[in-house]
Amino acid sequence: MSLWARHAILERNSLILLIGILIVVAIGGIVEVAPLFYLKSTIEQVEGVRPYSPLELLGRNIYVREGCYNCHSQMIRPLRDEVERYGHYSLAAESMYDRPFQWGSKRTGPDLARVGGKYSDDWHRAHLNDPRSVVPGSVMPAYPWLVATELDLTAIGEHLKVQAELGVPYTPEMIAGAEADARAQGSPDADTEALLKRYPNAQARDFDGNPGALTEADALIAYLQMLGTQIDFKLYDNKANLR
Amino acid sequence: MGQAVAHKSMTAGEGGAAIAFIALAFFSLIVAAFAYTPAYAFHAYLFAAASAAAAFKIFDHYLERPAELPPLTIDGKLNYNFGPIKFASVAAVIWGIAAFTVGLLAALELAFPAFNLDLPWLSFGRLRPLHTSAAIFAFGGNVLIATSFYVVQRTSRARLAGEIAPWFVVLGYNFFIVIAGTGYLLGITQSKEYAEPEWYADLWLTIVWVAYLLVFLGTLWRRTEPHIYVANWFYLAFIVTIAVLHIGNNLALPVSIFSPKSYVVWSGVQDAMVQWWYGHNAVGFFLTAGFLAIMYYFIPKRADRPVYSYRLSIVHFWALIFIYIWAGPHHLHYTALPDWTQTLGMTFSIMLWMPSWGGMINGLMTLSGAWDKLRTDPVLRLLVVSVAFYGMATFEGPLMSIKSVNSLSHYTDWTIGHVHSGALGWVAYISFGALYCMIPWLWNRPLYSLRLVAWHFWISTIGIVLYITSMWVAGILQGLMWRAYTKLGFLEYSFIETVEAMHPFYMIRALGGFLFLTGALVMAWNLWKTITLPASAKIPAPVLVQPAE
Repeated sequence: MSLWARHAILERNSLILLIGILIVVAIGGIVEVAPLFYLKSTIEQVEGVRPYSPLELLGRNIYVREGCYNCHSQMIRPLRDEVERYGHYSLAAESMYDRPFQWGSKRTGPDLARVGGKYSDDWHRAHLNDPRSVVPGSVMPAYPWLVATELDLTAIGEHLKVQAELGVPYTPEMIAGAEADARAQGSPDADTEALLKRYPNAQARDFDGNPGALTEADALIAYLQMLGTQIDFKLYDNKANLR
Repeated sequence: MGQAVAHKSMTAGEGGAAIAFIALAFFSLIVAAFAYTPAYAFHAYLFAAASAAAAFKIFDHYLERPAELPPLTIDGKLNYNFGPIKFASVAAVIWGIAAFTVGLLAALELAFPAFNLDLPWLSFGRLRPLHTSAAIFAFGGNVLIATSFYVVQRTSRARLAGEIAPWFVVLGYNFFIVIAGTGYLLGITQSKEYAEPEWYADLWLTIVWVAYLLVFLGTLWRRTEPHIYVANWFYLAFIVTIAVLHIGNNLALPVSIFSPKSYVVWSGVQDAMVQWWYGHNAVGFFLTAGFLAIMYYFIPKRADRPVYSYRLSIVHFWALIFIYIWAGPHHLHYTALPDWTQTLGMTFSIMLWMPSWGGMINGLMTLSGAWDKLRTDPVLRLLVVSVAFYGMATFEGPLMSIKSVNSLSHYTDWTIGHVHSGALGWVAYISFGALYCMIPWLWNRPLYSLRLVAWHFWISTIGIVLYITSMWVAGILQGLMWRAYTKLGFLEYSFIETVEAMHPFYMIRALGGFLFLTGALVMAWNLWKTITLPASAKIPAPVLVQPAE
């Protein structure tokens, strides 16, 4: 019986066909995905990368909610023009706490992987309110509701707790202090000592120009201002992890 | 059928489904009461209302129906179940129009940002997932469910398995679409492209999808034909693989059962790889394997010719599903994903060209001896041109997966152009062709107007050509501008200059989208007139569109 005729076995038995399909489609996924979880070279150890502070995390969730990833990447490729335009190419470690990742796949607007510190808070506020007031040729939508909406801190501790269960190093102390940390980071003259101990190098101030309220703009700008700032590339050694 | 002599009782399916829906309705009400956000409460109320309506409908149907379940055959002829297929076909047309309209609005927003109207639910970032999901899952998904239920019955010569189950699949799937779509507008998204719906919508879809698989398999088990027809292999691969991909990519922990927000179990690099393992195979199995099944049934039927090569279809099938699954990493070239994975992804993407074109050849050569029908039958023209677009898109894809090409094309509108030559040219055209065939078969009416089909074909073809050519130029232009250097070694263009250069092409793209939408409206009119033709308008005997048997 030729091989072609043997194919009739699959054509006559739906369950054998089904199992055949499952085996055939499983191979590629197993080979490509599974090693990424145990090969140490997938994510190098880099000094400075820490989990998001509660305010940054909420800002990130607003970034996700508004679909910013549809037009902005957060992944600088190791190509000459990109490194000159945006800064050091992105490292895997820089998105190790990103759930989900925000690398994006389209640059209708520029890459944001290292936008932190490039513009002032005032610029961001004006830009989010009316992009064309600071960048006349921009095609970005305006987000005037961000400054007008009080930040929702409901169950912020649970957001951290769930991630801790998934392996993000949030301590019980961080979870308990989540709401206080979020308020401290977005207020002009709060005591930030505890916050900075838990989240080194966190930037704490009033981000949205409205010291009286903690708004969604506070959170989003806090997130944007920390993007790409965790690693000090003066100290970074790209050979350190070679084996 | 004789008098109902049997004692009338609820089937296990009816009783079980009714109890499950009542439980879900109560549970949803509790969730709504304690929901963290109004948007989530709204969704919980929708779940409660839909569950209550489903339970009511099950009881109502039980009281109305005769004691015996519908027979598998009537007077020796198969008693096919066309109700759910009719619903999904009409839903496909309506969702298609919605998807194209939202696409046009999104295109206009990029050309003229004033179209965002400064409203949260109309801003581009929320509208774009609505457009992609409506096109892929609402339009494409309903076409796939409708055609698969049609094809599996016809080619198995068996009535669809289950009585409630097929309706649960069709209505449950469309309910998922409503939850997903309204969620995006309200800002509920997990931001994974083509998998944006949050955890509770994903759970619901998983249940619906398992039911879909069981109905499909159950119908195959009832078949009176010894062999499973090739189209059904592709449908089966599509259903099973999408289930695996959907579950793998959407594994997440919700913040609380009262919160719409969840965090995925994968993070960073691994999440990127899992996402594009899913994402590229949403293309490979949802938008390719499923629609290839349509090709393998509807083109031979419409051309009245057998499939060109049986052996080629075997090779095509196994090679395609084996190789496709590897291609995901080409979405992540030059990123922080390890190089070895990128290289594997590129290699398999290039290899994928071969089975893709094998399938295209099998589809096109099916017309051997019937090429003249292209002149007289615009429906066949739609089907065949779709396969030609499939060939173009599956040549362009491997090309773009080469790392050096990708370094230019990635992040630009070239990708958008490529996607649309596949989505408009291949997926939508073969869907249109299938709907033009199937709706007359389902309602047992002749198609209202072939001339309108020809108009639809030409209007939308001009639209596609405008769309993809403008995006080629825009993408390549922007990619070259990003990497342009002056003689002194400085970057020549600021980013915003490259944005401003896109404006004319964004306008041309919007015009292309407008034409494509116009063509679809012509189709909707034509199909509506077909369905509402008087019942006396029977299909004359020697016409092409004769049902199988």
